[in-house]
Amino acid sequence: MGSKKRRKKPPALDKDFGQAHTEIKMQLSGNYGQPEVYSATLVDLRRGDAAVLDGIDLPGEDARRLMELGFLPGARVTAGRSAPGGDPRVFQVDGSEIALRRETARRLKVRLSKTPRGK
Amino acid sequence: MSGCSDCASCSVAGVVELPSTPATRTVAVIGPPNSGKTTLFNRLTGLRQKVANFPGVTVEQHTGAAELPDGRSVQLIDLPGVYSLSPRSEDEQIAHDVLTGQRADTPKPEAVLLVLDATNLARHLMLAAPILALGMPTLVVLNMADDLRNRGGRVDLKKLSAELGAPVALVSARQGDGIERVFEFLAGAMPKPAPKELPILQDVPKCRQWAGRVGLQAAYHAPIPPRWTRRLDAVFLHPVAGPLIFLAVVIVIFQSIFSLGDPSKKAVDWLIQHSGNWIASALPASLFRSLLIDGVWKGVGSVVAFLPQVLLLFLFIGILEDSGYLARAALIADRTMAKVGLQGKSFIPLLSAYACAVPAIMSTRTIENKRDRIATILIAPFMTCSARLPVYTLVIAAFITKRRLIGWLLSTQAAAMLGLYLLGFLAAVVTARVLKSSILKSGRTPFLLEMPSYRWPTVQSLGLRLLDRSKVFLRRAGTIILLVTVALWVMTVLPFENGKPVDIEHSLAGTVGHTIEPVIRPLGFNWKIGVGLITAVAARETIVATLGTIYAMDPKSQAQELESALHHDLSPGGAVALLVFFAFAMQCISTIAVVRRETGGWKWPAAQFAYMTVLAYAGAAIAAHVIR
Repeated sequence: MGSKKRRKKPPALDKDFGQAHTEIKMQLSGNYGQPEVYSATLVDLRRGDAAVLDGIDLPGEDARRLMELGFLPGARVTAGRSAPGGDPRVFQVDGSEIALRRETARRLKVRLSKTPRGK
Repeated sequence: MSGCSDCASCSVAGVVELPSTPATRTVAVIGPPNSGKTTLFNRLTGLRQKVANFPGVTVEQHTGAAELPDGRSVQLIDLPGVYSLSPRSEDEQIAHDVLTGQRADTPKPEAVLLVLDATNLARHLMLAAPILALGMPTLVVLNMADDLRNRGGRVDLKKLSAELGAPVALVSARQGDGIERVFEFLAGAMPKPAPKELPILQDVPKCRQWAGRVGLQAAYHAPIPPRWTRRLDAVFLHPVAGPLIFLAVVIVIFQSIFSLGDPSKKAVDWLIQHSGNWIASALPASLFRSLLIDGVWKGVGSVVAFLPQVLLLFLFIGILEDSGYLARAALIADRTMAKVGLQGKSFIPLLSAYACAVPAIMSTRTIENKRDRIATILIAPFMTCSARLPVYTLVIAAFITKRRLIGWLLSTQAAAMLGLYLLGFLAAVVTARVLKSSILKSGRTPFLLEMPSYRWPTVQSLGLRLLDRSKVFLRRAGTIILLVTVALWVMTVLPFENGKPVDIEHSLAGTVGHTIEPVIRPLGFNWKIGVGLITAVAARETIVATLGTIYAMDPKSQAQELESALHHDLSPGGAVALLVFFAFAMQCISTIAVVRRETGGWKWPAAQFAYMTVLAYAGAAIAAHVIR
């Protein structure tokens, strides 16, 4: 809860690019064939990236709402298109497309077990 | 029994013959949002529908009669779209209470039509668990059969029926395929569901696992993703083209409400005026004639004249919503709206409020978040609605000489008009910010927006929408507004002197105008404007008609046009004050009534009226003080 990053000034998009690139590099730099698991949040996904949902860091009621829409632990989430500026973003999950604001997407922890650019 | 193999009800154990006749049957229609529940309801009931509010809450209650092939009819209740039955939101509470027979105003349904999207069955089946757990006779309606087929999906109905212990029908509510199965269920012996092992309802992951297993057993083959939706989203959600299209849509709606709505409003106005005069000429001059023509006909008529604009707006909203574009528009607008503390779904209602706050407030139903919805309702009347235009036009024409500011692009009068639009908009933005950072703070409730697949809107669904809205609108014009206009008319003719009504200055309305004169004097208004302000509480543009009557009856200004009469009667400061007052004040009985209806009580409309009146008074007082 207290992990609010007070870095609102630099454009948020740049920050994301940075993180995603780091992750690609890490994966490319070794561990051939081994399913390496990285933890991240939905915000870190770029369009076309898929990940497995790990947990929802939100109060019970809100988490339930998200789960009813298909955001269940273990579900595969793919990042889709977004509004101009990247917020909110549409996510494909369990056969539907749900748009989440960045502030919500940040609370959904995912495991990146595949190549982030993969289908 | 031809229906047996189709609806698979025979494979279900424990068929119970219900003693009641279908004529008295009440059946609830329930399903998740975007399952096509309302389309099915429309298909089954057609024009035999009624809309009302569930008493005390903001949820709308649609009931209708489905006529069976044999001539009998079944009462259907269209419940709000919900993902689960655990009563957390108002919608879920209503659905839960109706289904369990806990609402005194609604009879407990005998059976349930559970509508699920066949193209997204695994997730939608989650709602089957709590519904089947009720133990009521249930028909599981898998809707969107056409989409399922076209996109290569499959499901074994018999196996699904056996898994669920309830009959299943695969239909396309849009095209009418398979609807006869639903009628067969409604007409026949509605079987109670066979007891099956259901998951713990509170545990969402368990429910989803159960739904997945049921889908697997029923050989459910999910269809491929909708190709056209992806293609259209590539355009509508394109980083550059998307916002441009959004802007174009907004401009087209805004422009047509003015360019198409205004002439049709004038046509209705003309019709009312002339039919009024025609009736007047057929009646002998009497008080009764005056009541009928000046009170009822023209009073109620001035409100009915807004019907074309209201319908036009709802036609646009209907097309946007049914086609699936509204969700994309909300997505694009969300970031901008978030800056004032609101969300994307508030955008369309606020845009609509430029035409009329009444349909705008009705259209806030698309906002699920209750606090955001109330905030949107509270700021909507600040948007410059079309009823303010006649007032603005009159005062601006009377006081501002037409001069060019920027070539032919902008005249002084147009600039004044633009300034008034801006003034209302600023009041709305500031109010929204204040509300959303204080009493209506949404807190952490996440913003969730489901993107439905694009679909062609059907003529039937659009037609029924417009019919619904006209009924709601006209019913109000025929009740509250009728009452107020008659009361106003009575005030202008009472008291009697020698068996005849006195002139308007000494009438009850005139007396009230004189009484409030000390209060409105600081704003630069005299008693005549005061009477106008009182009548404008019914509807803003009434002040134009009222002033017309008063100046026409006053011997001093009898010969003058309304504009020059007003020019001589009001100081420039008073004129600006009048404009500011109209920009801020909530002078519209229809809006007050619709806010009461939509918020389910007098608390919000009362607070809103008080706030806007205080703001209007203060603003006008400052304006009158600064400009002399």
